[in-house]
Amino acid sequence: MIEKNKNRGMSRIVKTISFIIALPIIVFGLYVILHGHLTPGGGFPGGAIIATLAALFLVAFGRSGVKESHKEFLSLLESLALVSFILLAFLGLGSTFFRNFWANTGNIFGKSISYGANSGYLPTAGTIPLMNMLVGIEVLAALSLIALVMYTGQVGDEND
Amino acid sequence: MNLLLHAPILAISIPLLGGLATPIITKFGKRVRDSWIILSLLFTEFLVLILTHDILSNGIRTYTLGAKFPTDTIPIANFIPVRIVLELDAFSVFMAITSVTIALIASIYSLKFIKEGTAKSKYYTLLLLLTAAMVGLVFTGDLFSMFVFLEILSISSGVLVAFYSHKGEALEAAFKYIVISAVGALMILLAIGLLYGHYNLLNIAALANVLKFSFSDKVALVLLIAAFAMKCGAVPLHMWVPDAYGEAPAPISAVLVVASQAGLYALFRISFTLFSALPTIEIVAWSVIILGVLSMFIGVIMAISQKNIKRLMAYHAISQTGYMLLGIGVGLAVIGNINALNSFGITAMEGGIFHIINHAIYKGLLFLTAGAIIYRVGTKDLNKMGGLAHKMPFTTIFFLIGALAITGLPPFNGFASKLMIYESVFRFSPLLSIIAMMVSILTLASFVKVFYSAFMGPKLKEHNEIREVPKTMLIAMLVLALLTLLVGLFPDIVVDNIISPAAHALVDQSKYIGGVL
Amino acid sequence: MISQFPLLAALILVIIGFFAITLKKNLIKIVMGISIIGSGVNLFLISLGYKSAGVAPIFTNAPKLEMVLPIPQALTLTNIVIDLALVAFMLSLVILLYKHYGSLDIRNRRLKG
Repeated sequence: MIEKNKNRGMSRIVKTISFIIALPIIVFGLYVILHGHLTPGGGFPGGAIIATLAALFLVAFGRSGVKESHKEFLSLLESLALVSFILLAFLGLGSTFFRNFWANTGNIFGKSISYGANSGYLPTAGTIPLMNMLVGIEVLAALSLIALVMYTGQVGDEND
Repeated sequence: MNLLLHAPILAISIPLLGGLATPIITKFGKRVRDSWIILSLLFTEFLVLILTHDILSNGIRTYTLGAKFPTDTIPIANFIPVRIVLELDAFSVFMAITSVTIALIASIYSLKFIKEGTAKSKYYTLLLLLTAAMVGLVFTGDLFSMFVFLEILSISSGVLVAFYSHKGEALEAAFKYIVISAVGALMILLAIGLLYGHYNLLNIAALANVLKFSFSDKVALVLLIAAFAMKCGAVPLHMWVPDAYGEAPAPISAVLVVASQAGLYALFRISFTLFSALPTIEIVAWSVIILGVLSMFIGVIMAISQKNIKRLMAYHAISQTGYMLLGIGVGLAVIGNINALNSFGITAMEGGIFHIINHAIYKGLLFLTAGAIIYRVGTKDLNKMGGLAHKMPFTTIFFLIGALAITGLPPFNGFASKLMIYESVFRFSPLLSIIAMMVSILTLASFVKVFYSAFMGPKLKEHNEIREVPKTMLIAMLVLALLTLLVGLFPDIVVDNIISPAAHALVDQSKYIGGVL
Repeated sequence: MISQFPLLAALILVIIGFFAITLKKNLIKIVMGISIIGSGVNLFLISLGYKSAGVAPIFTNAPKLEMVLPIPQALTLTNIVIDLALVAFMLSLVILLYKHYGSLDIRNRRLKG
């Protein structure tokens, strides 16, 4: 009985509740990622919050709930987010690498505010929220992939 | 866009981008991925070469990440430098050339050495990340990014050491390596915290300007020297070296040599640029010299009795690191005394620095030939090899060149740097020079043993199907052998144009500070 | 003396971590030792930036403008991410080592000399 349960996960109630509770977790994680330039948090802690869903689903669904396509999708997502992060840093090469070229230009995420204590105005700070979002996606993909691969083995690269 | 202006950061970020984009590029096919890797490394090599040419003619170059223009190190007048500042002087570009060249040759070698179907694209990603970390470590101008690049280097080389994960020994070696590296790096962070807490500065040049050598600064110096000596494999913190070099794939052993020497770069940068005005610098210098002599001696003694060809070469790497520590330690000991410095101190430092690039070249060549033997014969045990000279003539010649270079025989490059070290150390203290020469003789003895048992003798009947190794591997070894010969035949060109500016840049602390402030 | 207590606690954590790495024979306890040293160093870094009567260095709804130093917080955050990668790598090595050797004792090993 125990062997059957370890591979097929827990009961139907747990599986349904895990879907229901995934939604507030994702919303909270996205809130932490998006407001990284105003409140504590940012890309890495927000991504780590959403990555706990990997552990949740692993416990609820067991080994047979993890498919190869999940792991390949996470690997691709992580690579794309990382490459976009570095390309965004390259875009500032008009002045220097990593230059915040988006700030104070008046577009979305580019409005200006003055120095000092304020009540938190979201569309400011230029490339910082964009990089926060990319880092958040990368961290959630990487940490979920670590959890899944540690449990189930390789990411299907016997053929490279 | 002015390529030379942005070249410092491009030399770090192009390998980074290339390595991280490799899993996506692999979906287009294997030849596309191979050419992408080689193109990224060739472009990095080109950038480092034009930077070398510029630094040797025009002096120190800085680059501030995220400022309005690259040399904007102090945005508010007469304040402290803010933002991450890359500062390149002659010693930095010298180490960068060594690292990128060996990485390029190792990746050409691994085109055929690493068999397909063993996670080869992840191997290339890690190799490019390792290159970016090595170049970043030597280009950076502040302490904390040095720590971050050191950690990237440790983790990516740790994963590469554990590449053959179907054998248990590689995993043990990687575990030992990563535990020791992690402890060392955390001690470095503790020392950086001590320095930051006292002065509120992380930039090396700004810190060198205001350092006052109180007790906590001396504690930080001891922690930093111990941790970086661990990173380059000096005795008594050398336990990870034979395991890691012996169990890694052969091209990775060649790159690990240069990665350990990045730790040597950081050691010298800290002791010369930050602490050279310390009143008790003699004690620090003598401890570096004693570490060097112990490494030389213990490395070669343990190497004589090894049966595994790569472990033997790894112990020799420890012993040769001792030569570098000895040479530069002598330079550090006489840094307060202008007469001694000009007569033999600078020559000792030039010998030590020259030995860095020579060691990278001939040790890389030796590891690649050992890899060639393992690729065809399938075993690392010297007792099971024999008579390979009949079947693998090119590999034999390359091994012979490497073995003669490491023992310091003319006309190969080991002779030039070892002669500079012997002469200058003799004027400092004759006993150390005699120990260095004896270690050289013992090195010759152990390599005669290896050459005889692996290549000479009659053909063994189980080696009947062995042919020569594939052409890309031969081309990689040929480039290194030609470099050995050329640098050995024309050492004064190399020393006058590259090594001597590097040694003078290390000694001249005020020029380094003037680059940023 | 009471204001130096965080630095003392960080030093004690580092010493405990060193004892764990050098004296314990179980692989997972060695990994835990490295994590403890990392925590000690993080605590040391954060407690360097303290200014008495300072608030958190966040401009959103800040009660006053005298704040503790923000740079050690950036250093600590970077160190936490690095230690996470280290521990993830070491634990995967432990999993593979257990598959090969069947035990987590460091005394049975094949690389000697």
